[in-house]
Amino acid sequence: MTLGEYVGRRLLQMIPVILGVTVLVFFMIHLVPGDPARTILGNQATPARVALVRHAWGLDRPLYVQYWKFMGRVAHGNLGDSLFYGVSAGHLVLQRLPVTLWLIILSAIFAVCIAVPLAAVAATKADRAPDHVVRAVPLVGLGFPAFWVGIVLLLIFGLHAGRLFPVGGYGSGFFGHLHSMILPALTVALGLAPILIRSLRASLLEVLESEYVTTARSKGISEKRVMRKHALRNAIISTVSVLGVNIGYLVGGTLVIEQVFALPGIGQLMINSIFQRDFPVVQAVTLVFAVMVVLVYLLTDVAHALLDPRVRFE
Amino acid sequence: MSSITADELEPFIEETAVEHRRGFRHRWYRTPSFVAGVVILGIVVLAALAAPLITKYNPTSQDLLSTLQGPSARHWLGTDDLGRDVWSRLVYGARTDLRVAFLAVVLPFIIGTVLGLLAGYYGGLTDTFASFFVNIVVAFPFYVLIIALVFALGSGTRNIYIAITIVGWVSYTRIIRGEVLVAKRRDYVLAAKSGGLSDFRILFRHLLPNVITQAVIFACSDIVLDILAIVTLGYLGLGVQPPTPDWGNMIASGQTYLTTHWQLSTFPGIAVVFTALGLSLLADGLADLLRPE
Repeated sequence: MTLGEYVGRRLLQMIPVILGVTVLVFFMIHLVPGDPARTILGNQATPARVALVRHAWGLDRPLYVQYWKFMGRVAHGNLGDSLFYGVSAGHLVLQRLPVTLWLIILSAIFAVCIAVPLAAVAATKADRAPDHVVRAVPLVGLGFPAFWVGIVLLLIFGLHAGRLFPVGGYGSGFFGHLHSMILPALTVALGLAPILIRSLRASLLEVLESEYVTTARSKGISEKRVMRKHALRNAIISTVSVLGVNIGYLVGGTLVIEQVFALPGIGQLMINSIFQRDFPVVQAVTLVFAVMVVLVYLLTDVAHALLDPRVRFE
Repeated sequence: MSSITADELEPFIEETAVEHRRGFRHRWYRTPSFVAGVVILGIVVLAALAAPLITKYNPTSQDLLSTLQGPSARHWLGTDDLGRDVWSRLVYGARTDLRVAFLAVVLPFIIGTVLGLLAGYYGGLTDTFASFFVNIVVAFPFYVLIIALVFALGSGTRNIYIAITIVGWVSYTRIIRGEVLVAKRRDYVLAAKSGGLSDFRILFRHLLPNVITQAVIFACSDIVLDILAIVTLGYLGLGVQPPTPDWGNMIASGQTYLTTHWQLSTFPGIAVVFTALGLSLLADGLADLLRPE
């Protein structure tokens, strides 16, 4: 199978999943107890306003008509209008998306920077003291609530320790943004690193026991060089996969962390919209997050197929 | 040649089918992670059960004349902004969060396991459908879907169970499906099939006991995920509703006083980490113990 055919097949497989995602997001409004329009607008809303919203959202029509209209809107990039801001939900999402994307990218970079050296140490010193210590990291690390780690980091680096980082906000200018992103990204990375360490250690051990590494060693190549030139290069393939598989965790992590550090990304938009009972915005952000994850799954598979051609023939 | 009936065949099938549990009784106390997990979790569960005995104050009763006090002999961990005893809230919080987290695992475990069994055993259209729904749920980041569902359903314990069930069954289905795909080609299943046992009997009497191990191990890690989700929802104000004590809303309300009363957010966080560590160690130990020799 050529790379083009592989990508084409994966794209085709994506269509039903995206459709399923839209169905679930669409049905969210029908999970609201009672009359969704009344519940969302609150008891203070006039009957006329409730009727208006009910009609605008098509809640007075049969379900399949509602879904068809919803899909029609989504296909045209219209994710509904915010009840609170009075502008399109899509516009609000687009405005805040860059903050979240930067946070995701920076978190992934930090997580790799933490995980790769630790996993390399653990794999080269398998079953010895450093390995036992590194293996304990996922065991302990996965039990930390990300938002609490954020608060502790805020306490240490934002309020004490020379107030190295701002306690919240997005700063101004490129370096201001970067400066304010370091603590939040570190928080998300600390949550993701234990998962990466576990998978990376396993794949490094596998590579180190493979025949081509034995050959390299038998040629007298130093252990450092074997690690750098052979083992790590191959282990990168699994790092890409593990990062891709955990994109949901990464994205979910940013949602809460943006709230802790008052970062104006789409995670904070979602949480704020929940408190403002701004249903169209919550729906829009949920849909965008899910589509983002599906696209990253696709990109991961393509990257994997590029790095390891065997994947295409499986 | 006399023919063998399905009932006569069953004891032989069962004898070959028991793979995992041998030696568990003799080895559990020699598995450090399992023992450590049991001890840690035991301490938390005991504290939660004995809450009225080890606390002096009602976790919800306010004392506005003694708000934001530091740790003392009267209030071991001090008081919060409403004068409530932090130690009492911490211990009663363990009751709430542990109960919700343990119960939240039950439905996803059952639904996911049954769907995984069916998808793996029958394959074909059943498997295609199950995998389709799995892929849809997996497309959503865990917290995004949980938070969106709790928002739509409304906050409160019952809706947390529903949201976690909608999201949580997927992992069990994936694990069990994978295990069944391997197990259904093994001799004892083939023997049961050729012996004429019904699909129901093969699935639940023979396959289930052999594939359930991985799901049980995962359930321990899943409780950790659920505790974190419940605490996160509590922190965001979408989980267990005040004044019921919950570690998440304790951390959230303490965050306002971070500069002056750091202990208000720190102790509930440590309680979460301690409990999660106990469960993770238990899962790790179980995985070691139940691994086929």
